[in-house]
Amino acid sequence: MSLFRQLFRQLLHGPRAIPSPGPDGGALAHLAERLDQQARVKLGRSLSIRAVDAGSCNACELEIHAVCGPTYDLERFGIHFVASPRHADILLVTGPLCANMSEALRRTYNATPDPKWVVAMGDCAADGGLFAGGYAVQGGIGEAVPVDLVIPGCPPTPEALLSGLLALLETAGGTVGGKASRS
Amino acid sequence: MTAMDGRSLTDCLKGARLIAHHRPWPRYQLDEAGWRAMIDRLAVSSDWRLLGLWADGVEVHCALHDDVDASIAVLSMTPTDRRFPSLSAVRPSAIRLERALADLYGFEAEGLKDKRPWLDHGRWSATRPLSLSPGKPADAPFTYPFLAVEGEGLHQIPVGPVHAGIIEPGHFRFTCTGETIVRLEERLGYTHKGVEGAMAGRTVMEAARLAGRISGDSTVAYAIAFARAVEAAADTQAPPRADWIRALLAELERLSNHLMDIGAVCNDAAFPYLLAEGMVLRERVLSANQECFGHRLLMDCVIPGGVTVDVTRETTARLRALVDGLRLPFKKLVNIYDDLASLQDRTVSTGVVSPALAHRFGAGGYVGRASSHGNDARKEPGYPPYDELDFAVPVRPEGDVNARLWVRIGEVRASLSLIGAILDAMPGGALSRPIPTRGGEGMALVESFRGEILMWVRLSETGRVARCHPRDPSWFQWPLLEAAIENNIVADFPLINKSFNCSYSGSDL
Repeated sequence: MSLFRQLFRQLLHGPRAIPSPGPDGGALAHLAERLDQQARVKLGRSLSIRAVDAGSCNACELEIHAVCGPTYDLERFGIHFVASPRHADILLVTGPLCANMSEALRRTYNATPDPKWVVAMGDCAADGGLFAGGYAVQGGIGEAVPVDLVIPGCPPTPEALLSGLLALLETAGGTVGGKASRS
Repeated sequence: MTAMDGRSLTDCLKGARLIAHHRPWPRYQLDEAGWRAMIDRLAVSSDWRLLGLWADGVEVHCALHDDVDASIAVLSMTPTDRRFPSLSAVRPSAIRLERALADLYGFEAEGLKDKRPWLDHGRWSATRPLSLSPGKPADAPFTYPFLAVEGEGLHQIPVGPVHAGIIEPGHFRFTCTGETIVRLEERLGYTHKGVEGAMAGRTVMEAARLAGRISGDSTVAYAIAFARAVEAAADTQAPPRADWIRALLAELERLSNHLMDIGAVCNDAAFPYLLAEGMVLRERVLSANQECFGHRLLMDCVIPGGVTVDVTRETTARLRALVDGLRLPFKKLVNIYDDLASLQDRTVSTGVVSPALAHRFGAGGYVGRASSHGNDARKEPGYPPYDELDFAVPVRPEGDVNARLWVRIGEVRASLSLIGAILDAMPGGALSRPIPTRGGEGMALVESFRGEILMWVRLSETGRVARCHPRDPSWFQWPLLEAAIENNIVADFPLINKSFNCSYSGSDL
């Protein structure tokens, strides 16, 4: 029963997540603490994200998976991904705005209850990136939905993704409706 | 040439008109009678595999592989009045490719039963956008008529394009009786970015960045395929050291994808533990990638002419430590899977693809190899440095989720050994060589973690990309998912889908 042996051994060890060093130790730890405080104040320690792929090459999705994995362990900050836009506070949108996805993205946005924020993840979501200008791409996702924050990168690293979510908490500033102080 | 009487592909094409400057495999121009003779021959030659079917605005091209003598050729014909005889009756894998040709180029495949648009949803700024004379945009988005399913007590479940999980967009239409799926129909094309159009006119270096973003999880394999096609077109070669570094990067990519997906399949069978553990192992690979090569997914490390990254003594030590450190924990994870009858109860005999179907569609990668269809582009046609490396390609006959998992497990083991062997034998020398400015056409077949990528490139005299066609392995795997799902329960769809893990972006272009 290798499973139980391994589980038992893991009970004796700490978590797999990158440990939280002191306040001055590294960007991730710094972020973790900031995010924790912000999340408590603004969103009752909980933030629900719905990921929408508007036509990415799937590299951004790989890094979203990474940030949910045990190493970065997004959920320890009270942030988690949900299955429906109706349960979400944030839409995390990847990819250039593909013409074939624009209606689906708008509908997903409309299905998300207020207050809501939109995060454009990656260079493609920002302005269409390498794919901008073609017959099938309408630009960045801002062409379809109002964007509150852009997290640049191709794809953004998990740390950049964490860092971006913190910036959102700061810029959203607790305003209901979320559009008062867009970055 | 009017008839194909010879035994092999090469024999049959002896009289055909050979086009100059197509490398490394020959390209022949056929008239319509010749094209029809090819179709007749395909009807009786199950050993002729369709590698791809694409167009360039003027001609339609078809790449074939003869399994008997391992020859490859590209056959081209100029459609008359935008019509060409369809291959779909003899090679069902051509159906979606021909529907895409109609959408992109306005070339109509005569004899194709399914005339519904595939990539075009009626939302682009032009119809037949890649043809020489693009049409006006559609008046309104198309309504897509799904195939009719009739019977008592049937109900439909529409899913997507926005899914519940963190995956790419696509629409699945399930028709069920009770819990059992009677038919699945896929509607894809949501992530169509116009890759072929965006490639045209770019310099090879700009286009290489784009090639690395056709399917992000296979960025290394796509970059190698594009680089090799460009090098073939310009009649040059990357230096040997670059070939070895490319293989090293490709195996790291294969490893990181399989480590996550093996766990993800089990996660979809309600066993998240293996996903968590797999993600930890994958993260080790990605961190090493970042440290050694400056990018977690290894984007833009491979360029036409060579590579942009080097393997230093420190890198070698770091990667050796990575491989050595992965063996034991991976073995433990495999043991857990092997021990758990309750988990295998979900995977064994679930989502079966018959070997005959895998062969008909020419499916590659773990989807093909789990159904006795063992082709691997690293072995056949092969490319350096794999001809100098000894590695096993796991093949199984069962065709179920379990078989696809074991093929992937075997590939992880093979990649771990390959990385060590590549580091051992890494030759010295230059990292890249400039691409000479000259026109030509080149093709490459490269094995991604998902299967064989075909890349075809035409360079203009000024050394820019005139046309480029990437054919993702998923083109020949997506249709098999529709077959694999039949008579399984709805709850097993995520599991079966994940065991295929086809690329949306790669096949939506």
